[in-house]
Amino acid sequence: MEELLEILEKNSKLSEEQIAVMLGKSVEEIKSAIKKLEDEGVILGYTTLIDWEKTSKEPVTALIEVRVTPQRGEGFDKVAERIYRYPQVKACYLVSGGFDLMVVIEGKSMKEVALFVAEKLAPLESVVSTSTHFVLKKYKDKGVIFEKSRPDNREVIIL
Amino acid sequence: MNIEKMISPTIRNIPPSGIRKYFDLVNEMKDVISLGIGEPDFVTPWNVREAGIYSLEKGYTHYSSNAGFIELRREIAAYLKRKYSLDYRPEDQIIVTVGASEGIDIALRALIEPGDEVIIPEPSFVAYKGCAVFARAVPVIIELREEDQFRLTPELLEPAITEKTKVLILPYPNNPTGAIMNEDDLRKIVEVLKDKDIIVISDEIYGELTYEGKHVSIASFPEMKDRTILINGFSKAFAMTGWRLGYACGHPAVIDAMKKIHQYAIMCSPTTAQHAAIEALRNSDDDVQAMVREYNGRRRIMVDGFRKAGLDCFEPLGAFYTFPSIKKTGLTSDEFCERLLMEERVLVVPGTAFGDCGAGFIRATYASSIENISEALIRIQRFVERYSNAK
Repeated sequence: MEELLEILEKNSKLSEEQIAVMLGKSVEEIKSAIKKLEDEGVILGYTTLIDWEKTSKEPVTALIEVRVTPQRGEGFDKVAERIYRYPQVKACYLVSGGFDLMVVIEGKSMKEVALFVAEKLAPLESVVSTSTHFVLKKYKDKGVIFEKSRPDNREVIIL
Repeated sequence: MNIEKMISPTIRNIPPSGIRKYFDLVNEMKDVISLGIGEPDFVTPWNVREAGIYSLEKGYTHYSSNAGFIELRREIAAYLKRKYSLDYRPEDQIIVTVGASEGIDIALRALIEPGDEVIIPEPSFVAYKGCAVFARAVPVIIELREEDQFRLTPELLEPAITEKTKVLILPYPNNPTGAIMNEDDLRKIVEVLKDKDIIVISDEIYGELTYEGKHVSIASFPEMKDRTILINGFSKAFAMTGWRLGYACGHPAVIDAMKKIHQYAIMCSPTTAQHAAIEALRNSDDDVQAMVREYNGRRRIMVDGFRKAGLDCFEPLGAFYTFPSIKKTGLTSDEFCERLLMEERVLVVPGTAFGDCGAGFIRATYASSIENISEALIRIQRFVERYSNAK
């Protein structure tokens, strides 16, 4: 069912009927396969990739390096959870290298993001330090390049 | 001076392409969904484009040897071995050409004496007949049949062979039908050819685009190896149409003869493209596989759509074309295509553009996005219903 997942990951707008034809399966087979993948938590949801820059709403994104002291018996999980539970946190990874957690935050303004870091993140007991990087421009996200859709520039040719 | 009279009658007498008029119409129309162009909608994979750019930055802007960079020919040999279990020596059995098209042209010119016969199964790519005529050969057409899934059969081949037959063109996977020849199909043809003085020009440019099975080359039959000129290239599999790069493989004597024409007419193939092609052969298997997978899904959507629209459509297992029959509508191929374009703004190509026996069929390519294909199929279904009811 890897192929089914790859198709959905690229375009979840396709109908079950279309996917069934594409994979040479019956609609019932596809429906039950998708249901199973959803039940097992392999498929976690269906989202839309939006370039918010092109709208009146211009959310601010920041990548925050967080250094933490791991807690006895809990490791990094406990402190990570206290962070990722905030809805402002869009992504949270434990990483190797010079810091521990990479936290992606989205807010309405730089001030809002800065306040969140200052008031919620930094004061956490096991957080040693934070370093905030505001995103200035998104070139590519989730494998998609942020540019105008390329027109079909194939010229007519006899063949 | 009457300039027109100066044009060689051989060239003057070649009729203009049947597709041209549609393309002229399309240029003046808006919102047309084109299922007419026979080239990938994908852009060349970035690593390949980057290799071309890098070669320019490094100042690699000179000629290569006539046959192409030996490094590229080595990669081609390794690729053919890996994919189709074929053994060709890079030194004297491979020549890099300006697209597979040049390969077809110089292969024919290297073999043909005026009056030699070239057997061409149709419907097929329009260039075979043209190149045969340019070489002053006599084209002998075999009309392939839908009931054979447009495969070449011994029953069709044998009666076409005469003592003047020099060449058989074997165009599989096929443009425009999408037909393929599997190992068993080929074996039957090999039985007919193995003791005859006939060279096979096997155009395998769509070889990578084979679905539900692997492409088999006729050159992989030991008795056919020296009797076959294998034509292939980078345009379709690697989405590199504009780079104009192909290659031909065969017996050293044949490749040497082809090289003579190539070195005087072309000198060498574009070197930026050659550098990019080295990268394509080394590091693009995953990209190719992803494209093939995508084509396969679209292929099924398109065949399903034509059948739902009430048209008979045999299952194409190669290239990126479908070749449905439109006989049910009571329209000729030409009428169908012209009215579909004017009334529903979808461009497909009449089967007759690929030979007289393409009458009653149209070619539609799925080298287009799923969204375009789905919308085009809705329009085609509406169109077919209208004409079926009117009958």
